[in-house]
Amino acid sequence: MNRFMLSAAALALAASSQAGAQGKEPLRIGALLAVTGPASFLGAPEARTLEMLVEDLNAKGGVDGRRVELVLKDTGGNPEKAISFAKQLIEEDRVFAIIGPATSGETIAVKPIAEEAKTILLSCAAAEVIVNPVLPHVFKVAPKDSHAAEMIFRRMQKMGVKRIGMLSSNTGFGKAGKEQVEKLAPAHGIEIAVSEVYDKAATDLTAEVTKLKAASVQAILNWSIEPAQAIVIKNARQIGLAVPIFQSHGFANIQYAKAAGAAAEGVMFPASRVVVADALAATDRQKPVVTAYKKAYEARYKEDVSTFGGHAWDALGILVRAVKEAGLEREKVRSAIENMKGFVGTAGVFDFTPADHNGLAIDAFEMLTVRDGKFVVLGP
Amino acid sequence: MSTELVLQYLVAGLTYGTIYAVVGVGFNIIYNATGIINFAQGEFVMLGGMTAVTLHGLVPLPLAIAGAVLVTMAVGALIEVTFIRWLQRPSVLRMVIITIGISIMIREGALVLWGESVRALPYFTGNEVSSLSLGGVHVSPQVLWSLAVCLVIVAFLRAFFQHTAVGRQMRACAANRDAAALCGVPTRNLVTLSFVLSAGIGALAGCVVSPITYTSYGIGAGLAIKGFTVAILGGLGNSTAAVAAGFIVGVLESLSVSLLPAAYKDAISVTILLAILFVRPSGIFGSAEVARLEAR
Repeated sequence: MNRFMLSAAALALAASSQAGAQGKEPLRIGALLAVTGPASFLGAPEARTLEMLVEDLNAKGGVDGRRVELVLKDTGGNPEKAISFAKQLIEEDRVFAIIGPATSGETIAVKPIAEEAKTILLSCAAAEVIVNPVLPHVFKVAPKDSHAAEMIFRRMQKMGVKRIGMLSSNTGFGKAGKEQVEKLAPAHGIEIAVSEVYDKAATDLTAEVTKLKAASVQAILNWSIEPAQAIVIKNARQIGLAVPIFQSHGFANIQYAKAAGAAAEGVMFPASRVVVADALAATDRQKPVVTAYKKAYEARYKEDVSTFGGHAWDALGILVRAVKEAGLEREKVRSAIENMKGFVGTAGVFDFTPADHNGLAIDAFEMLTVRDGKFVVLGP
Repeated sequence: MSTELVLQYLVAGLTYGTIYAVVGVGFNIIYNATGIINFAQGEFVMLGGMTAVTLHGLVPLPLAIAGAVLVTMAVGALIEVTFIRWLQRPSVLRMVIITIGISIMIREGALVLWGESVRALPYFTGNEVSSLSLGGVHVSPQVLWSLAVCLVIVAFLRAFFQHTAVGRQMRACAANRDAAALCGVPTRNLVTLSFVLSAGIGALAGCVVSPITYTSYGIGAGLAIKGFTVAILGGLGNSTAAVAAGFIVGVLESLSVSLLPAAYKDAISVTILLAILFVRPSGIFGSAEVARLEAR
């Protein structure tokens, strides 16, 4: 053990002298992402995106002449692990800022730690409560779940849907989404006839959809990020429940649509524009950004781009821009992010204010649907 | 509640029950040969599904499944020969720890090999939306496939353990390994065979439930917990009882959803498990003798 610690210390010394040889200290950025586990659909593309971007940044001479060093921790989607890794990143690795976590539950667990240590946290998760109420050092780059719910309700109203069945998973994302949906439904004249919560590792949900069928709902709304969201639509169709199915923005990974196959056809959900990059009008402000990201990511990793990887793109992009503007003093960078306007990212155009640490408006979302196994724009 | 709905809940229960049962029976083989629980059983299920998905890119579905079963059997043999065969009189605790270690190793290996993405075999008959309508009750053809495979496995195991010399030797091996060895039973080879069989059955289960549950590197643990529950409930070592217990748990879970919030579904099965273990520690259908072996 002792020898191991010694050699680790020697290694750290060697590394720092090497950095010294290059001139400046590296800019060390921590990342807390669920690369494995049930939320790996989020964390894995996020980690890959960060690795790709950091490599590119360093190839171009780094930020402000400093090499960017990524310290990536795989939380497995587990809030307890996220807490201990967050402490490690702050106390041992002394990172400048942290990107992530990928899930809402982890972010809610980690945000007081980051705030206390005055370390900037750029969460890639969705829940409204991450930035409401605002904590000075906590930001989030994923769109809000209240906006997602709003988009879904507008579509339901247009279709004349009045009575819905809600399903959600027992995760931070599912719970926060359920709260927003229940809060906003009455204002849109929508009644939630049944609301059921299922386990995040559920392998079959036939009984749950049978309960929705018994309640004669006019539409299903499912709120989760796990493979269960593909299982739910399959099971609904298998028991002959033919009502429209809505999903949260957690569905914006084409792998889910592929996993559900024929059952996914016609599923409606809000998502940011990166998943329909090719279909955007040439005049769209986001078009150059999202097509460049999509092209680079898909060429490198041979898999379809998702909105989640895009969150990591936005988080790092915002941080790098703030460092370029404000230098390496953490409080100045924090304030630069808080006052940043017009950052064109993959999730939308970010306009931060001291009261809004998300910076995305509802028009960051587009209503999408699945047609012939592909995501297409449905329109409002 | 209309009859149609009750029946639909029963069908849902049947679906759960089949998944639990087809995984649960795999636990019984190694138990029957060695008296231990193989905690890597869920990983055999995962390996079967993942290998079949990979092979299906190259060969037709039946061949892919056969290939996956053979590959997983080879993995089972390799594990036994590498980690277990050379142990002199391993204690139950030691075996438990070893099999848990193996399960972690296989899981991490699968993560490196296949990545974290979720895959599935295509439906054997029809597709994701097809269902058979039986008097207003809908059931996915894949559930019937799983049920059929489950019943074939049970029939095979019953015949194997009751009516073949090798099967009887295996049981002798579990009852008293020294005595069996003195009677000329090749105990070590039989333990290897039990791992091979158990891996093969796990892999077959993994293939047949994969269109329903999906497969990913980490799915083994979740499936194994429910499979283990029904194996214990039925009484360890008895495959027919494991299947019956699987259906009991599945139907109770499904009916519980109709009355209670679905969030309590898993609590229901654990409560049943605890209640039954208090009243009948040897399982619903188990004998006291099996319980004694378990406590050994």
